[in-house]
Amino acid sequence: MLGSFAVLRKQSLLGDAISHAALPGIAIAFLVTGAKESNTLLLGALISGLIGAFWIKSIITKTHLKSDTALGLILSLFFGVGMLLLTFIQKQPNANQAGLDKYLFGQAATLLEKDVWFMAIVTGVCLTVLLLFWKEFKLLLFDADYTKTLGFNIKFLDALITSFIVAAIILGLQTVGVVLMSAMLLAPAAAARQWTNSLAIMVGLAATFGAFSGIIGTGISASYPNLSTGPVIVLVASVFVLVSFIFSPGRGLLFKEIRFRQNRNDLKLHKTLSFMYDIAKTHEDIDHPHSVRILNNFHGYTKKSLHKLEEENLIVVIGTNWTLTKKGFEKAKNLYNQHIETND
Amino acid sequence: MTSAQIEIQLIASLVAIACAIPGVFLVLRKMALISDAISHAILPGIVVGFFITHDLSSPLLIIFAAFTGILTVFLVEFIQKTGLVKEDTAIGLIFPALFSIGVILIAKNANDVHLDVDAVLLGELAFAPFDRLELFGADVGPKSLWVIGTILLITISLLVAFFKELKVSTFDAGLASALGFSPVILHYGLMTVASVTTVGAFDAVGAILVVALTIAPAATAYLLTKDLKKMILLSVGFGVFSAISGYWLAHGLDASIAGSIASVLGIVFLIVFLFAPGTGMVSVIYKQSRQKIEVLLLTFLLHLKNHKEKKERHVNHLGEHINWQKSQAKSVLELALKNNMIVIENDIVSLTKKGNTFTENAINYITDHSEEAIEEMKKDFFLFRG
Repeated sequence: MLGSFAVLRKQSLLGDAISHAALPGIAIAFLVTGAKESNTLLLGALISGLIGAFWIKSIITKTHLKSDTALGLILSLFFGVGMLLLTFIQKQPNANQAGLDKYLFGQAATLLEKDVWFMAIVTGVCLTVLLLFWKEFKLLLFDADYTKTLGFNIKFLDALITSFIVAAIILGLQTVGVVLMSAMLLAPAAAARQWTNSLAIMVGLAATFGAFSGIIGTGISASYPNLSTGPVIVLVASVFVLVSFIFSPGRGLLFKEIRFRQNRNDLKLHKTLSFMYDIAKTHEDIDHPHSVRILNNFHGYTKKSLHKLEEENLIVVIGTNWTLTKKGFEKAKNLYNQHIETND
Repeated sequence: MTSAQIEIQLIASLVAIACAIPGVFLVLRKMALISDAISHAILPGIVVGFFITHDLSSPLLIIFAAFTGILTVFLVEFIQKTGLVKEDTAIGLIFPALFSIGVILIAKNANDVHLDVDAVLLGELAFAPFDRLELFGADVGPKSLWVIGTILLITISLLVAFFKELKVSTFDAGLASALGFSPVILHYGLMTVASVTTVGAFDAVGAILVVALTIAPAATAYLLTKDLKKMILLSVGFGVFSAISGYWLAHGLDASIAGSIASVLGIVFLIVFLFAPGTGMVSVIYKQSRQKIEVLLLTFLLHLKNHKEKKERHVNHLGEHINWQKSQAKSVLELALKNNMIVIENDIVSLTKKGNTFTENAINYITDHSEEAIEEMKKDFFLFRG
C-alpha cells in the first residue's frame, strides 16, 4: 500500500536501503537492553531505519551525489556496521544472542500471535493516517511545488510519509527478511500501476495484490517441504508483476504490441489508398481500371491489404486490375486533406 | 604480523582496488545500485553453477555467476525500455526475484552442502588464507588472492586501454556514439567487469561488502574532486585505507572483517560528507546561510535606496516593513555596517557612497546580467559567485 507512494515518488529502492539500515538498530538495541524482546528490537530497527532514510535525503539535497549513490552507500555502510555489531555480539558470553540473525532472512513461521496483533495495529494506524492526509499526500506526490504554495508544510508531510514507509518495512522484515523486503514493497505497487492511472485505485489494488501474494505464497510454501516463505511470496508477487506487465489493457506489452501492429497496418492501407488516389486523379473517370502490378511493397501493398481495402468497399478488384470506388476516392481525398491539416 | 594476517590484508586491499575502479564509473553513470542488484542476483548463477560442477571453487562458477550478473543488467534494461516503470523500480523488481530463485534452489537441493545464504551474502575473509592454491605441488598462496589478483589485472589493463572511451561515454554518451564508439558495448563491458569483480570478491568478502567497496570510496572521492583521474586514485586510496584499518579494527574487536571494513568506509564517508571543502555539509550550510543573509542585505539596501524619506529609514520601522525577525535584522545591519555600506545617525539608516554603488551594480546585474560590474563583489559575496 505504502509501496504505491514509494514507486510513484521514484524512491523504489528506499525499501531496500532501509531494510538493510535497520540491522545496526537491531544489534544496538540488543546490546543496550540485552533482551530479545521483539518490540525493543523493532524500535531499534525503526530508529536506525529512520536515521538511514533521513541521511539519504540529506546526501541527495546537500551534495551533488545522486540518489542511487546515496541509497547504495547507506545500504551497504549500515549493513556493514550491523554485521560488525552482530559478529561482535556473537563473541559475547551471552546465551541470549542466538536468533538475532533471523531478522536477516525472516521467518514467517516463527511469528507469534502477539506479533501478528502488533502488525495489525500498526497497519491500522498507517491506514488511518493515510486516509486523513489523503489529499495532502496526493498533492505532494504529483506537484510538490504547488503543495508548498498552498501553504502545506511539505517537510512535515514528507517526513511523515517516509516514517510510515520505514515503519512498514521494519514490520515486514520479520516476515520476509532484509533482502526480499524491497520486493514486497515494490512488486504489488508496480503491478497495480499497470492497471490504473488513479491513485486511489492503485493503492487499493496494490494492497490486494500484496495480500494475495502473501496468501498464495504462504500456501505454496506450507504445502511443500523445505520451502522458505519469504522467497516464495516474492516470487508470487513477481509473477503478478509479470502478468500485469504483459496483459494490462492500457500499458501492457501485449496490447501495446497489438496496437502497434494495428497502427502499422492502418498506415499501410492509407499509404496504398493515397497512392491509388494519386493515380486515379490523373484520369478523368474514377473507375478507369489500373493494373495491380504498378503497386508494390513500397506503397504498402500486400495481397492482404488489397483484400482488406476491397472488403471495406474502397476499391474493386477485377482480375489483375483495380479501380477506386466512389467511396474510396472520397476517403482518399479526405485522407490527403487531413494529412495536410495535421501537418499544419 | 603472521603471514596469514598479511595475506588477509593483501586480499582485502586488492578487492578494494578491484571494486573501486568500476565503482567510480558506476557512481558517475548513476548506476550505483546496479552493483547491489548484481551482488544479490548472482546467487542463482552460483547455485546453478554449483549443481553442474559440484565444486565451490571451480572457475566455471565465476563464469556462471558473471553471466547471471549480466543477465540482471539486461533484464533491468529491458524492463526499463518498456517504459512501464522507472529504472530504480526495475532494479528493485529484478534482483529480489532472482535472489528468491537462488534461495529456493538452495533450500530445495543443497541443504547438506557447504553453500548457504549467509556465506554468499556475508563472506568470511578470515578463512580466505586457508583455501590455498597449489600449483605443481607447491603452495603459491591463497586462492582468492590469485582470483582477485587476476581480475584486478584485467580491470586495470581494460581501464588503461579504454580510458578515453570510458571517459567520453560516461560524460557525453551522445558524443561517444558520434565519435564511433558504441555506448552499448562499453556499457555492457563495464557491467561485465562489475559482475566479474563482484563475483570474484564475493567469496572473499561477501556481497554486501562488495557493494560498500564499490560505492563508498567512489562517492567519497566524488565529494572531494571532479577530476576523473584524481577520483579513481582517491577512491583506490580510500578503499585500501579502509581495508587495512578495517582489518585491524576487526582484529581488535574480534568481529567480522567485512563488517568492520564497511564501518570504516562509513566513517571515512561521514567525515568527508561533513567537512569536505566546498561540497561538505558544513561548507554547504555555511554557504547557504551566507547566501540567505546576502539576499536579505540586498533587499535591505534596495529598500534604503528606494526611500529617501526619514520615516521609512528609521531603525525600528525596518523590522516592521520588511518583516524580519530581530536577530536576522541585526545580523544584516551588522554586515552592512562592517562593509561600510550604511551609516546610522540618530537611528536613521542611510546608504554610504559605497553602498549606493554596490546597490546600483547589483540591480544592473539582476536586470541585465552584466558580468563586469560584479567582479569586485565576487570577492566578498557568495551570492555573485555562482
